[in-house]
Amino acid sequence: MKTVLSVDDSASIRQMVKMTLDGAGYTVLEAADGAQGLAQARSKTVDVIITDLNMPVMDGMTFVKELRKLPAYLGVPILLLTTESDAAKKAQAKAAGATGWITKPFQPQQLLDTLKKVIG
Amino acid sequence: MSTADPKKMFEQEAQDHLATLESALRDRSGVPGDRTLIDTAFRALHTIKGSGAMFGFEPAAAFTHHVETAFDKVRQGKAESSPELIALALRARDHIQVLIERPEEADARAGEAILAELGALSPSAGAASGASAASSAPAAAGPRTWRIRMRLPRDVLAHGTNPILLLDELCSLGSATVTPLTDEIPLLQDLDPAACYTGWEVLLTSSEPRQAIEDVFIFVRDEMQLEMEPMESVEKSQAGASAAKGAAPSPASQGAVQEGTPTGVQAQLKPPAGQPPAEAGKAKSRSAEAAKVASSVRVPAERLDELMNRVGELVITQSRLTQIAAASTDQAVRAVTEEIERLVLELRDTTMGIRMMPIGSLFGRFRRVVHDLSHDLGKEVELVTEGEETELDKTMIEQLNDPLVHLIRNCIDHGIEEPAGRQAAGKPPVGQIKLSARHAGTEVLITITDDGRGLNRERIRARAIERGLIQADAVVTDHELFQILLQPGFSTAEQVTSVSGRGVGMDVVKRTIEGLRGKIDLSSTAATGTEITLRLPLTTAIIDGLMVRVGQGRYVMPLSAVEECVELSPEEDVRTRSHSFLNIRGELVPFLRLRELFATKVPPDPYQKIVIVSSGGMKVGLALDQVIGEHQTVIKSLTKLHSSIEMFSGATILGDGAVALILDIPHLVEYGQMNEENLRAAE
Repeated sequence: MKTVLSVDDSASIRQMVKMTLDGAGYTVLEAADGAQGLAQARSKTVDVIITDLNMPVMDGMTFVKELRKLPAYLGVPILLLTTESDAAKKAQAKAAGATGWITKPFQPQQLLDTLKKVIG
Repeated sequence: MSTADPKKMFEQEAQDHLATLESALRDRSGVPGDRTLIDTAFRALHTIKGSGAMFGFEPAAAFTHHVETAFDKVRQGKAESSPELIALALRARDHIQVLIERPEEADARAGEAILAELGALSPSAGAASGASAASSAPAAAGPRTWRIRMRLPRDVLAHGTNPILLLDELCSLGSATVTPLTDEIPLLQDLDPAACYTGWEVLLTSSEPRQAIEDVFIFVRDEMQLEMEPMESVEKSQAGASAAKGAAPSPASQGAVQEGTPTGVQAQLKPPAGQPPAEAGKAKSRSAEAAKVASSVRVPAERLDELMNRVGELVITQSRLTQIAAASTDQAVRAVTEEIERLVLELRDTTMGIRMMPIGSLFGRFRRVVHDLSHDLGKEVELVTEGEETELDKTMIEQLNDPLVHLIRNCIDHGIEEPAGRQAAGKPPVGQIKLSARHAGTEVLITITDDGRGLNRERIRARAIERGLIQADAVVTDHELFQILLQPGFSTAEQVTSVSGRGVGMDVVKRTIEGLRGKIDLSSTAATGTEITLRLPLTTAIIDGLMVRVGQGRYVMPLSAVEECVELSPEEDVRTRSHSFLNIRGELVPFLRLRELFATKVPPDPYQKIVIVSSGGMKVGLALDQVIGEHQTVIKSLTKLHSSIEMFSGATILGDGAVALILDIPHLVEYGQMNEENLRAAE
């Protein structure tokens, strides 16, 4: 069973992610910002990370950079939750080590398809 | 919390965000230039926009999008933050609240008015509204075959992309053949274990449109190299049409492919990041290379033979050069010579590769033979073939036809029983002949198996005694018995049929196979069948040889036959005068003194060397003066005058122009074993 870390300051988005993924047999861990996400990632084994870009305390960009500094998270897929208007940030985050992205708004099936794409 | 309805949660969250937005806007009006506040406001809008559409608040999301676009300009310092803008933003905030909390009360015109005013304040606020996902291209009419060449950025693995999943996804779109491109993998010392050096070429037959195939790579599309061509256009470019044109059915996407796509050459020279866009000329050469990969050329066989001869001459000349260079002290000459040696070896291998053909074409011919013959003899036989893809030198395939026809005839005539006889023996009425080919080291093994009655040992033995080939009381091993079968004129058939029994076949088979420097092994089990194995070298033209010296003459033996080299001390030499046996780790190995065999007059070296060679599972030692070393040997056949000398299978020209004879190991082994028998008989 794969473990997903969902990092978003919006509880509703996290809830949506959780409901979608619980139903599909994933274990979902949650964090409200990059700093919490990093703490979760350090203490648990995570197969894939879904993160927002715009977050308080530590934004998604910094979170991705910090994650990639951890040896255990080299090669772990990181998906960005972005909107169309984030194109430039998306490119930066990609360069910082993000694997892919999910464009908001998304349907549950799109989320599942994208996860399948990066972790099989 | 986990049971909460996300929609309700969103409403709650939106309220919080709107409150945050309001306070941010109000503070903003007081303290200009505060980044934290504007970021907070922006994030609030962003979340409402992003989540709104997901939870069924599309109008709110759409409206917020426009407000956010205007705000983003302020955030990036592109538009002035004015009291008017702030006031307008507050009105927009209220409108969003209405859209979320009481969507039925929302006044669409009020929203439009706010947007219009926003548009007026920040000129291009509404322009971004057209941004939407690229619409997918219309579906292609039927399945098409695409040739996809892909190279991922080096750091793709560290960034969490698993190329195997991408390939799996690609394969799931249709039927695909994936070939890895390994040319960019560096030497071990330069290899970064976390980097992805492999590229892939995929032939994908799919009815999905181009866009759907490209979408597989959506996350890596901008950083990777991806070439996609429908196969028709590949053919077109081969036909001489402009490669660039042929490869670009859709100019827009092709442009995207080339932009930011490094060429292979550049990729080798530079790290993947920041590569310049491919220039037209380089793109063209890449397409030309691509066209070459997929094409094939028909060439007359004589030209191939000619090429092989030239390469053979080149190998000889190169070995002369190597000899001269070895004597030279000039480092530069030696370095160049080494380089040439390597290139020539590669050229040799490539050229030999060109001559390789799958043996399947030959196997195919035998179906008819089996069908006709079994019909004539009133037997039912089916032919099963295996390993048709096994590659063998073209000339060898041609020469194998007759021996194989003969062996198959023997199987049907002698081996397979009549249907009634088979049923009596508890076998299925339809007999089976299996023809299989496979590679084993530097040899190709061709096996003909039948499920017939097997060889009749007693009858072979009786006939051999009758013909004086063996002593009446001799103990004959299976192997020897089968060797008798290969003798000229030997047949056990009681009556000569049109098919076999004249005894002219097997020795011809043997001669042909040995002419190809191959061997024949037979094994047979009574009542269950016979298996004949032909072992053939991969090619007849050039071999890796071991050069040795006997007296003043130099000789070459195929390296593949050499087991080991040992020294024969003078004492041992004297001791073994009468009975040429050597104890090799407890095993008695007969040995031949090549000096005696070749009647060498020159005084022998004090320490004789023995090279142990093997053939068909039997070993024999060859005593000689000196082991010189490995030698690339281009085999030249002996003239008709000399072809009856069984000790030699050919000759080669050495670097200094001298001729070295090539030892025929199977014959020498046989000869050595015969000597051993005679000695045993004498004792």
